[in-house]
Amino acid sequence: AQVVGEKDLILPNGGTPAGTSSPASSSSLLNRLQLDDDIDGETRDLFVTVDDPKKHVCTMETYITYRITTKSTRVEFDLPEYSVRRRYQDFDWLRNKLEESQPTHLIPPLPEKFVVKGVVDRFSEEFVETRRKALDKFLKRITDHPVLSFNEHFNVFLTAKDLNAYKKQGMALLTRVGESVKHVAGGYKLRSRPLEFAAIGEYLDTFALKLGTIDRIAQRIIKEEIEYLVELREYGPVYSTWSALEGELAEPLEGVSACIGNCSTALEELTDDMTEDFLPVLREYILYSDSMKSVLKKRDQVQAEYEAKLEAVALRKEDRPKVPADVEKCQDRMECFNADLKADMERWQNNKRQDFRQLLMGMADKNIQYYEKCLMAWESIIPLLQEKQEAK
Amino acid sequence: MEEAAPALERLLQPAPLEPLGHPDAGLEAAVGEEAEGAQDEEGPGDRTMTENFWVKKIEISVSEAEKRTGRNAMNMQEYTAYLVETRSVEHNDGPSVLTDSLWRRYSEFELLRNYLLVYYPHIVVPPLPEKRAEFIWHKLSADNMDPDFVERRRIGLENFLLRVASHPILCRDRIFYLFLTQEGNWKEIVNETGFQLKADSRLKALNATFRVKNPDKRFTELKHYSDELQSVISHLLRVRARVADRLYGVYKVHGNYGRVFSEWSAIEKEMGDGLQSAGHHMDVYASSIDDILEDEEHYADQLKEYLFYAEALRAVCRKHELMQYDLEMAAQDLASKKQQCEELSTGTVRTFSLKGMTTKLFGQETPEQREARIKVLEEQISEGEQQLKSKNLEGREFVKNAWADIERFKEQKNRDLKEALISYAVMQISMCKKGIQVWTNAKECFSKM
Repeated sequence: AQVVGEKDLILPNGGTPAGTSSPASSSSLLNRLQLDDDIDGETRDLFVTVDDPKKHVCTMETYITYRITTKSTRVEFDLPEYSVRRRYQDFDWLRNKLEESQPTHLIPPLPEKFVVKGVVDRFSEEFVETRRKALDKFLKRITDHPVLSFNEHFNVFLTAKDLNAYKKQGMALLTRVGESVKHVAGGYKLRSRPLEFAAIGEYLDTFALKLGTIDRIAQRIIKEEIEYLVELREYGPVYSTWSALEGELAEPLEGVSACIGNCSTALEELTDDMTEDFLPVLREYILYSDSMKSVLKKRDQVQAEYEAKLEAVALRKEDRPKVPADVEKCQDRMECFNADLKADMERWQNNKRQDFRQLLMGMADKNIQYYEKCLMAWESIIPLLQEKQEAK
Repeated sequence: MEEAAPALERLLQPAPLEPLGHPDAGLEAAVGEEAEGAQDEEGPGDRTMTENFWVKKIEISVSEAEKRTGRNAMNMQEYTAYLVETRSVEHNDGPSVLTDSLWRRYSEFELLRNYLLVYYPHIVVPPLPEKRAEFIWHKLSADNMDPDFVERRRIGLENFLLRVASHPILCRDRIFYLFLTQEGNWKEIVNETGFQLKADSRLKALNATFRVKNPDKRFTELKHYSDELQSVISHLLRVRARVADRLYGVYKVHGNYGRVFSEWSAIEKEMGDGLQSAGHHMDVYASSIDDILEDEEHYADQLKEYLFYAEALRAVCRKHELMQYDLEMAAQDLASKKQQCEELSTGTVRTFSLKGMTTKLFGQETPEQREARIKVLEEQISEGEQQLKSKNLEGREFVKNAWADIERFKEQKNRDLKEALISYAVMQISMCKKGIQVWTNAKECFSKM
């Protein structure tokens, strides 16, 4: 069942159909915001997955494409299922298009575009997998968004056989809102942000700061763990060397050596997991809050324009009580922007809570698994150490 | 030289129960009188007492350490004195009575050990704890006056005394007994034994190592083993210290999470509580490493003891080499004298001698002169044969006694090191369990976000 959200109807969005979002009731919001496929699949009518990375070697360049699989019952899709291949460039294009066409909404971030060559191998399994997960997350966030998921560019991205041909036609599909927001760029100065948006701005500033600190701490921990690992890899074998000198102690010493080896392997798995799964998500959220701050600024621009125009009218001191049409349009724009932003913020806050809950629980889990592996190794060696040995 | 050894392999007396280089004989009885509860429980003759005599009858502890300022001729020097207490136990489970209590400093322990090394060269003499802190990782102080170092040294010194007291031969030594019971004048008594003079010169020992021709193969192998053991334990201790350093870093950095989670929770609504309490667990995690690594120091100390024991083992091997070298030189000397004698009596000159040369150059010596020389040589030969015989005997005794102690030491080493490895594994298990606990708690806090 689809219930019309009152704010969305007013939006003069050129390309998107009206009245397709559900109310901001917490339970249905949460249901839709869960990124896993769950039992409550009935409320979802669009499923998108990113997988199967493949390397393409051409004369000019080498690059990776990912398979995008879409399943949907929505009328906007001609077929129930689609499978296309896209590369990072295409995602970047999509995001730009979304920003342009939906400037009042928060667009999810992409994983970092530029990679320092030589430091990270762009074609390594770990890097590709990390990127794939981030791209998958990106599309899922759009899928879950009641407005963005109906964006025409998004639809084309998911379905078109030849995306490049579509890209070339790009200009024609700019929305009116997009145009008008572009025109606003610069020129108007906002006197003061309304309290609620100021609060959001402050929140985002502190949030980004804290995440940055956490990122640094996490990196430092990984660095220390790697250095610890280096020493462990030297430590274990010394017991082996010693074992070769001994008779009765040979087996116990060899056992300790093997045990330390197992712990080393477990530690390596922990650091790999943290590097591949923890850090990228953290960084994504920092990028997210950065892009959100720029949307806030755009909102400020719209309000500034409205206030300036309003003031201009007041200064004209005309007797006509009617407010001119263009000022009214400005007001509309501002109110829509505010409404969209507020709804998105709420959605974002919930998502963020889920994401961080999952992220931090995952971090705790990985550490627990590490210690469990080590515990098992040491416990299994105790009987060996206590055994009565035959003197050699 | 091959002829010398077999020819003298005649009388082999059974090894005496007394160690070589023996302290005053009459003191055994005195020791028996002075130590309370002493009983000759078994054995043929009043010299034999039960093994582990001391351990059964007395308890030794180094219970305190105190900073002192010494009245040195040169200056006021700070040093640490250790309280050595001896308690006597009537029955196995009975109460102990404090019989002796005196203060000793590290240098006196060293003196005691050096004495034991000289008088019991066939025994693997227990080592002292290290003089200066080595194999430290950044948290440990290298300062000898640092309380943690002093504490670990106190334990090491106590361990040393217990090792000596539980050694079947060393425990009966008079100087050791006096170390425990007589504070003043003890140093003078030790020096009066003249043990420093009896000590083998380093140069002589080194010489022997390179020139000995037929050492007992078991000792050569053992020496090789002790070298390897020293090398591997040193390496192990060095790396372990680095491992400890790194582990410390990992744990401590996690403490930063506590602070930042707390700050972050201040701007959050629903997430706040979960973050805050998780942060607390991160603090607990970070501070848990201090106790963990302190425990591990005990393991390191156990390894260190055997690192130093390897040196003691080597000393026994070197003594054997020295004795063997001595024997070989004596045999060589004897053989050469015999040959000289033979040549003089038969008139053939095969060996070079100054006398022979001068005789050639300046004229023959008279038959009387020759007779005289032969007689002197024959006396020397006879003396030499006696010496060689006793040296040989001494050597065999040494090998037998030393090997017995080495076997005892091997068993002790295997037992102790196994225990050390087990306790190390137990420490690791405890650390893992703590880690699981903390992270499980944190996970629960995160789940409530």
